[in-house]
Amino acid sequence: MLEAIGLSSLDDLFRDIPEAVRSRFEPLGIPGRSEQEVAGEFAALASANAASTKASLLGGGVYDHYSPSIIGHMLSRTEFYTAYTPYQPEISQGTLSVMFEFQTLIAELTGMEIANASMYDGATSLAEAMLMASRIRRNTKIAVSKSLLPAYRRVLDTYAWAADLELCEVPFDTAGRLDLSGMPEDPAVLIVQSPNAFGVIESLAGVKDQLGDTLLIVSTYPMSLGLIEPPGALGADIVTGEGQSLGLPMGFGGPLLGLFATKKAYLRQMPGRVAGRTVDSEGATGYAMAAQTREQHIRRERATSNICTNSALCALAATVYLATVGADGLRHVARLNHDKAHYLAEKLCELDGYDLAFDAPFFNEFVVRVPGDPEGLRQMLDQAGFLVGGSEDLASLGVPNALRFAVTESRTREELDRVVRLLGGVR
Amino acid sequence: MSYPSEYRYTKDHEWLRIEGSRVTVGITHHAQEELGDIVFVELPSVGSKTGKGEVVATVESVKAVGDVTAPMSGEVVEVNDGLEDAPETVNQSPHEDGWLFVVEASSPEEAEEYFDAAGYEAFLSEG
Amino acid sequence: MKTIFERVCSQPAGGVFPVSDVPTYETEVSLARTASLRIPNLSEPTVARHYTYLSKLNHGVDDGFYPLGSCTMKYNPKLNEDVVRLPGLTAIHPETPREDAQGALEILYELSGLLKGIAGMEAVSLQPVAGAHGELTGMFLLKRYFELRGETSRRRILLPDSAHGTNPASAAVAGFSVTEVASDETGMVDLDALDAALDDTVAGIMLTVPNTLGIFEERILEVTEKVHAAGGLCYFDGANLNSFLGRARPGDMGADIFHFNLHKTLSTPHGGGGPGAGPIAVSAPLVDYLPVPWIVRDGKSFRLDWDRPESIGSVHSFYGNFLVAARAYAYILQLGDEGLRAVSENAVLNANYLQEHLKTAFELPYDRLCKHEFVLSGAKLPNGVTTLDVAKRLIDYGVHPPTIYFPLIVKDALMIEPTETEGLETLDRFVDVMRTIAEEAASDPSLLLEAPHNAPVRRLDQTRAARQPELTYPLDAEDCS
Repeated sequence: MLEAIGLSSLDDLFRDIPEAVRSRFEPLGIPGRSEQEVAGEFAALASANAASTKASLLGGGVYDHYSPSIIGHMLSRTEFYTAYTPYQPEISQGTLSVMFEFQTLIAELTGMEIANASMYDGATSLAEAMLMASRIRRNTKIAVSKSLLPAYRRVLDTYAWAADLELCEVPFDTAGRLDLSGMPEDPAVLIVQSPNAFGVIESLAGVKDQLGDTLLIVSTYPMSLGLIEPPGALGADIVTGEGQSLGLPMGFGGPLLGLFATKKAYLRQMPGRVAGRTVDSEGATGYAMAAQTREQHIRRERATSNICTNSALCALAATVYLATVGADGLRHVARLNHDKAHYLAEKLCELDGYDLAFDAPFFNEFVVRVPGDPEGLRQMLDQAGFLVGGSEDLASLGVPNALRFAVTESRTREELDRVVRLLGGVR
Repeated sequence: MSYPSEYRYTKDHEWLRIEGSRVTVGITHHAQEELGDIVFVELPSVGSKTGKGEVVATVESVKAVGDVTAPMSGEVVEVNDGLEDAPETVNQSPHEDGWLFVVEASSPEEAEEYFDAAGYEAFLSEG
Repeated sequence: MKTIFERVCSQPAGGVFPVSDVPTYETEVSLARTASLRIPNLSEPTVARHYTYLSKLNHGVDDGFYPLGSCTMKYNPKLNEDVVRLPGLTAIHPETPREDAQGALEILYELSGLLKGIAGMEAVSLQPVAGAHGELTGMFLLKRYFELRGETSRRRILLPDSAHGTNPASAAVAGFSVTEVASDETGMVDLDALDAALDDTVAGIMLTVPNTLGIFEERILEVTEKVHAAGGLCYFDGANLNSFLGRARPGDMGADIFHFNLHKTLSTPHGGGGPGAGPIAVSAPLVDYLPVPWIVRDGKSFRLDWDRPESIGSVHSFYGNFLVAARAYAYILQLGDEGLRAVSENAVLNANYLQEHLKTAFELPYDRLCKHEFVLSGAKLPNGVTTLDVAKRLIDYGVHPPTIYFPLIVKDALMIEPTETEGLETLDRFVDVMRTIAEEAASDPSLLLEAPHNAPVRRLDQTRAARQPELTYPLDAEDCS
């Protein structure tokens, strides 16, 4: 091959890299290993994560849900996972069809008119929605609910600082819900999370009517929408969320699945890739990327976002999940989450010194004030095989000495009873 | 393609039809050919002020975005609303039905530097 | 093809979840869902057939040659897929107490160390989850750096006219304006143009090395020196790292920020558009501004460190794409130093081989040693045939088309990147196919103009998709209830 190119050694291939650069190179100092050795290495690393054998009651944006077996099988089809962005639609109809289905499902679930084909995660989706709302309203003042998950608020703070936006906090009341009387004057947008950092479902009915020109962004938990009214039906202008609850593993926090839905009128301002339906030269239905002129590869510095790679394979997982469970299954699993969480809450509150921090309705996550040091209780439960947390987040939001419990369909009644017994036995 | 002799033309492939201080603006046949099938046109709002050389509109095809700069300073008094539902009009009739907007020019002498039809055609053949 | 909304399914669905083992609790009526939920209830066999059918309409790397320039479509090792499916890695919540997640923290810590070494730089953050996300994070770091130095006039980013679209987009999202610097006739940054552009309003330059023409900036040290001398910093887009992996390091070229695309250079799969990962490496002056939390080691154990008061904050809800990072870790462990070096060797050899054999059939605007990719031009194709038509005709031969119409500085570009995981037999076949297509353009152009002929669909009307966007299936009231 070298002969064909007219070179005499492999090093000649790199003569265009300055000698001064090549001479400074230092290798990593690691040998190559066989597949079998690396497999062994990873088996050891995996077994060093005791969490995977414990029952998780952790929440805060990511949850221990059950993922139907078929999802893994569809995701393992190499035609799906070894392909790239569908720039050549004629040989990407698989990817594009899934995008179209996903967009339809998310729009339907959230009650909105259109949705994109995914973003990175719930936090960055929310940040992008904030930027979009600011652009639409040409206003840099942003009202944000104080009861956002701290992890999301951190990301909003970073993006807002970079874009010179002013974040104004709107407090929550004693029930743990947004207190609109604390709204600043004339912000571009109000950002609310529901369920919020406390697991509380916000009362959104009528909020949009009180906002005048101010836009409304709601960050949601998609599984909860099997049970509760979606933000689209309540006047939201943009709905974002974390799609991990739709069939994705927890995966130590990534990859996740950013959801983004809005009104048709805002299509040109919406970030992210979308697939549109069209026809081919013989009139057969097909799909292609639509509205590409919003995107970076065409608009460059005037694009609605810089996003290129998104979370496509995770969107496929969510699509297969929803196709597998259907409306009936989603309603059923949402009900399981809701009822199991309420069961645990009820039993915990029968213990001395335990009570719900907030009175308002919740989905599958709630905050309980605990007697004594939450960290001590957390450790005790950990040793007994249960993972709980949230106390630092809660303290930062002004709720000390508390724990947050998230209960999904994966937790059995036996497990929940055991948690109650363990906590009840502490003196 | 013959370029209407009564129009003036800019280096950015826009045409002007000047009627007193009313100037109608569009993009030329050459421009629409370069862009390909036009899918969307974003027009300025009626009443907005234009400065010569500022981007006031965009014409989008599937794979490209063309900026349209205001060739004259003034105020936008009319826009071609029909393009919202039929952007392809710009491809089909770039010099007539595909007009974009009308400016009430504040400094009519700004038009003097632009090509006439022969000058524009010469400019294109230099390309 | 049908969507799930059009599937008729007479079989019962369900059976995934158990019945409830707890009492029912009423939901607050005012909050209950009244809106429709038109998601079909399908049986598992119906779902399996549907998505299996859809998958077969795709072309992935495992189906055939995929020389998509700038995307590095190399083979995705199957070991990496298996290790990230171990429950010990998937079933861990990100807020797991550290003593229960030591394996996960170790993976993140060790990978950071390896990426630091590959970059030859001071510190790494694994938080960004895509290349563009890494770029954005890098721009945030620049902003913080100059903010703390009181140099608030520095609001401009320079980039070459060959830059990938995410570069100016990322700069703009971070609040910078962008100025293009021309390339000279060799395809590299024009040093005079660079001198003219540099002043105290410039925060830095964003470079892709080698550039998007596949040409290595031979005067890279001069470029970075000039920018530094003018008080700016240098961001390197690492999309093309495959070309010098194991041979050179961006830290030695003057980079202050460098992003990796794990889904390009480090073999993690592209997934139909994502998820990827875009970790960043930085030079010493920027270390303190990296996103929180850090992963640190205390003796033998690992933990999260939030104590970074000058950090820009966070750019992700947790620690980045852990399961993507884990695949990259497995990949590097398998390759070792020798393997990493062999990657760039074979990637560059393959690209030059193809370039040499194709330059007679197609126009090659920059006829010189390339790195891992090269750019042809379709501007002079006969009979009204365009680059687009060539791309569509390649589909008929079972090859995924190269990147087309990018970079913008080459008219009607075709960017070809074979990668190192293709054998000589594949390259030779590609050359034959391309030569055949060039002949067809001359002798029988309708074969190209009406291509593809053998794909699941014929050429799609993208104008219609753009003019009348139909982004959701039109569900009506009776659907799926």
